[in-house]
Amino acid sequence: MGGSILGERVLRKEDPKFLTSGGKYVDDLLDEPLLQGALHVTYARSTVAHGRINSIDTSEAAGMPGVVAIFTAADLGLQPVPSSFNPAAARTLLASDKVRYVGEPIAAIISETREQGEDAAEMVFADYDVLPAYTDMMAAMAPDATLIYEACGSNIVFDTTALGIPANTGDDFFKDCEVVVRGEFMNQRVAPCPLEVRGSAVAWADGRLHQWISTQHAQGAHAPVAATNGVDPSQVRILTPDVGGGFGAKIGAYPEELLLGVLSKRVGKPLRWRESRSESMVALGHGRAQFQRVVIGGSRDGKVTHYQLHAFQDSGAFVDMGTILAPFMTRPMSSGVYAIPNIECHTTSVVTNTTPTVAYRGAGRPEATAAIERAMDLFAYEIGKDAAEVRRMNLIPKFMEPHTTVVGQTYDVGDYEESLNRALAAADYAGWRRKQAERRASGNVKQIGIGVSVYVEITGGVGNGEQAKIEILDDGSALVYTGTSPHGQGHATSWAMLASEKTGIPIDRIDLVWGDTDLTPVGSGTMGSRSLQQGGNAVYSVAGTLVEKAKAVAARLLEANEADIVLDTDRAVFHVAGTPAVTKTWADLAVAEKANGGLSHDEYIGVPGATFPFGSHVAVVEVDTETGKVTHIAHTACDDAGRVLNPMLLEGQIHGGVAQGAAQALLEEVAYDGDGNPITSNLADYAFISAAELPSVTVVHMETPTPVNLIGAKGIGESGTIGSTPALQSAVVDAVSHLGVRNIEMPCTPQRVWAAIAAAKK
Amino acid sequence: MIPAPFDYKRAGSAAEAISLIGQYGDEAKFLAGGHSLLPMMKLRLAQPAVLIDIARITDLSYIRESGDHIAIGALTRHHDVENSPVLKQHVPLLAHAASHVGDPQVRHRGTIGGSIAHADTASDLPATTLALGATYVVQGPNGTREIAAKDFYKSYFESDLAPDEMLTEIRVPKMNGAGWSFQKFNRRAQDWAIVGVAAWRRGNESGVGLVNMGPTPILASAVSSAIAGGASVADAAALATAESSPSSDLNASAEYREHLAKVLVRRALEQSSN
Ligand SMILES: Cc1cc2nc3c(=O)[nH]c(=O)nc-3n(C[C@H](O)[C@H](O)[C@H](O)COP(=O)(O)OP(=O)(O)OC[C@H]3O[C@@H](n4cnc5c(N)ncnc54)[C@H](O)[C@@H]3O)c2cc1C
Repeated sequence: MGGSILGERVLRKEDPKFLTSGGKYVDDLLDEPLLQGALHVTYARSTVAHGRINSIDTSEAAGMPGVVAIFTAADLGLQPVPSSFNPAAARTLLASDKVRYVGEPIAAIISETREQGEDAAEMVFADYDVLPAYTDMMAAMAPDATLIYEACGSNIVFDTTALGIPANTGDDFFKDCEVVVRGEFMNQRVAPCPLEVRGSAVAWADGRLHQWISTQHAQGAHAPVAATNGVDPSQVRILTPDVGGGFGAKIGAYPEELLLGVLSKRVGKPLRWRESRSESMVALGHGRAQFQRVVIGGSRDGKVTHYQLHAFQDSGAFVDMGTILAPFMTRPMSSGVYAIPNIECHTTSVVTNTTPTVAYRGAGRPEATAAIERAMDLFAYEIGKDAAEVRRMNLIPKFMEPHTTVVGQTYDVGDYEESLNRALAAADYAGWRRKQAERRASGNVKQIGIGVSVYVEITGGVGNGEQAKIEILDDGSALVYTGTSPHGQGHATSWAMLASEKTGIPIDRIDLVWGDTDLTPVGSGTMGSRSLQQGGNAVYSVAGTLVEKAKAVAARLLEANEADIVLDTDRAVFHVAGTPAVTKTWADLAVAEKANGGLSHDEYIGVPGATFPFGSHVAVVEVDTETGKVTHIAHTACDDAGRVLNPMLLEGQIHGGVAQGAAQALLEEVAYDGDGNPITSNLADYAFISAAELPSVTVVHMETPTPVNLIGAKGIGESGTIGSTPALQSAVVDAVSHLGVRNIEMPCTPQRVWAAIAAAKK
Repeated sequence: MIPAPFDYKRAGSAAEAISLIGQYGDEAKFLAGGHSLLPMMKLRLAQPAVLIDIARITDLSYIRESGDHIAIGALTRHHDVENSPVLKQHVPLLAHAASHVGDPQVRHRGTIGGSIAHADTASDLPATTLALGATYVVQGPNGTREIAAKDFYKSYFESDLAPDEMLTEIRVPKMNGAGWSFQKFNRRAQDWAIVGVAAWRRGNESGVGLVNMGPTPILASAVSSAIAGGASVADAAALATAESSPSSDLNASAEYREHLAKVLVRRALEQSSN
């Protein structure tokens, strides 16, 4: 027997395609027969952040070259669609009575070319009664604030008190603490910036709608698309071409996508829609945007006993997924890796006149980690102890049986101290502390800062399992059908590895089918770091069952007892135990089973729950104390994602995650002016990170398998982001803490660092 | 992200370009590397009706030694400025500054003439050529004229260049072994400078150009006067903002810019004085 392929550094099967001829994205569907003769859709968008619409004049635009038709909400008879998280917040897919953020679609233009559509969009004139625009949650919550959704009765659209969770108590909560420290942190709004912006194409054929979407979850788009078009779901087929990144922002279907079928029916032609980068920056959902008030208390020797968090989640101008991340993702994880006996966590979600917020890499957990990690740092400063040491004192001790925190969240397995030890050792924490001391002593302009964060997060919280089907073709190759939806993660490789492990079929003879609701009708998509532990797990399980089915067929063909049939996975052949020379191949079996409907197995494999990957990050920065410039010079990540299927893919996720986390800590922030106009709507103004701003990341492996699935795997897609951001922010503060600085808001821009130093000197 | 419709003409020579622009007047714009103009058109901040492409006037792409100065054709790409052995030998500050413009893609397309004609205070080469005491040669319907860099820049994106004139050559004095420094302060490697400093020094002679410290690139004359008068580097650098009037934006307040200018001028002078 050869060794297992699981755990090997298998090169990504999909890379030659992506690195050479390129993938086939929505925009590349040029020879798709159903899309021949397609017209283009351009959405005219609101130019004011909050206003009542008096009229929308499309007459001039309608006369522009190449314009076939223009539709407003009134033209289409659109009815308000309630939010699934707060039905009182309802909006039409094109704004009708009100606009609520700059970038909200107000009219759809159908033109022969895309360029003509953009010219015409400039000629759509809306007349507004401008209302006060709120870009700040506190202003939106003021008692006299204008309501963004009148029917909600308040700009607070979701609050944990409505779930029966009591509001946080006052200072009394901390009366037994020797040390109490407070902080207010803005976990700023960021833009997901996938390399491929949103796009979709539609065609009606024989009464059926075919819609291609750049999405993370075709099956999720299926029902809303059918509902918007007023047809039975069986009349809708959603297809997913290659997708150039999503980071959570492409989970849900957006108004621009939902309307395409309706528009196509009106003009009787297939349609294509592709947003520009400038549109994407304001109309693709944003992430984070959580303001946090924390109070932490404990004993002077370093034991944290009390923690209070009030998280204010900016929902933006709709009640989308962002709204519920604070109560259902941040709150459950508020205890982090620490054994804190008393915790209160209240969350309040608020609508504002900004782009609606959605899930973004980590989605609620990075915010939870950032809050407690920042609080731990403040606590450590206050008692004058090393930040890593204070963390160690408060960690939940290693547990191999489920552990429930005081906020009621149960974690599967954890060994936080070991991850901290490994990360500190690999980073040479002690060595950096020595260098830091030297620089401080010599008064060097460039100071060193070291930041540590220890985190636990929740993955696979979406979905209770996943569908997988494996079909053997006549030539002995295999097709794997999955309900997950790769958009950069490498499922074609990892799902092939899992199927190959069980069947012996080489990975280059295993292809992946996904994101097509005719072929993969059941699926929860790719989000929340769920894919391997649920989708991969299903493939692994189904492959095992398929082998058993195949053995029965082989027994029949070899006229032997089923129990005597063995699969030689090295050669991918079946034979009777003891007579390896007489074999049946997968092709033989597939051909033999043709009459019986083919050789395949299709099953939904449930999993009992979420998993809780954890880890420790150590970031090192150099700060120019004269200019405030921060250079990220070293980063060590020890992320425990349970059993590792392919270390190369794991490292890729960590590298990308650290980059995205560092970007939030140091560079990126979506900003608005006082009237609610976005001022970071291109990649020159929005400080999207590049490789030049990053050090090489040292990845330290650690595997604590979870009992929750067959593979023992937990999610790794978001860990890098969750662990890195607080480590980086902490490192920046640490570099100048000897000057008296205790906090610097993210992103830690040079100006903010300089201002913090200047303020501390006063 | 799609420009408004426009017509496109291609000029084969400077004379043809000038005659074409005479024909179309204010409606028209020269297109050189396109790396300032096209982004503005894509954002619809500029909507010229006609583009006159001058990028293929290859006889305006050169770097030549000419007595006490180096003559650079306006259509010379940043990449060629960056890698020119002649410039590396005689005007290393300019070659080095060109290496800090954007990213390799930008440097292979953008031209020194386009950068100067665009007169963006945030660009690197206007302030650098200003510090070096360059002269710009422009050609118009009535022949050519020379403009000293210090007289060229008028305001945000405004220069002494008339709409029907074309910048054809940049003449940069040889540095004759002067010490120099280029300090570009930005957030990301490929970004424009929040503040930049181009400086050289030979004994008590010096030149200091400031990037993004006001509506135009700025010659920090007070600094150079102080150096000429024998002031220390630190004292001279304290005068860095004497002529500047920076604005506040997303990246920096005016106050922070002034602070940066002083720090960076000091560092630049320290480096140039070695
Ligand atoms: C991503 C990116 C990053 C960048 N980063 C930097 C940076 O860090 N530093 C920096 O300095 N610049 C930067 N730039 C700008 C770049 O250097 C431009 O190439 C340069 O500023 C303009 O040169 P161009 O040849 O592209 O001019 P174009 O864009 O073609 O023209 C610019 C303007 O000048 C006019 N013009 C051009 N040539 C002439 C001429 N010979 N005579 C008269 N008028 C003329 C045009 O009509 C137009 O109005 C960046 C650009 C991009 C896209």
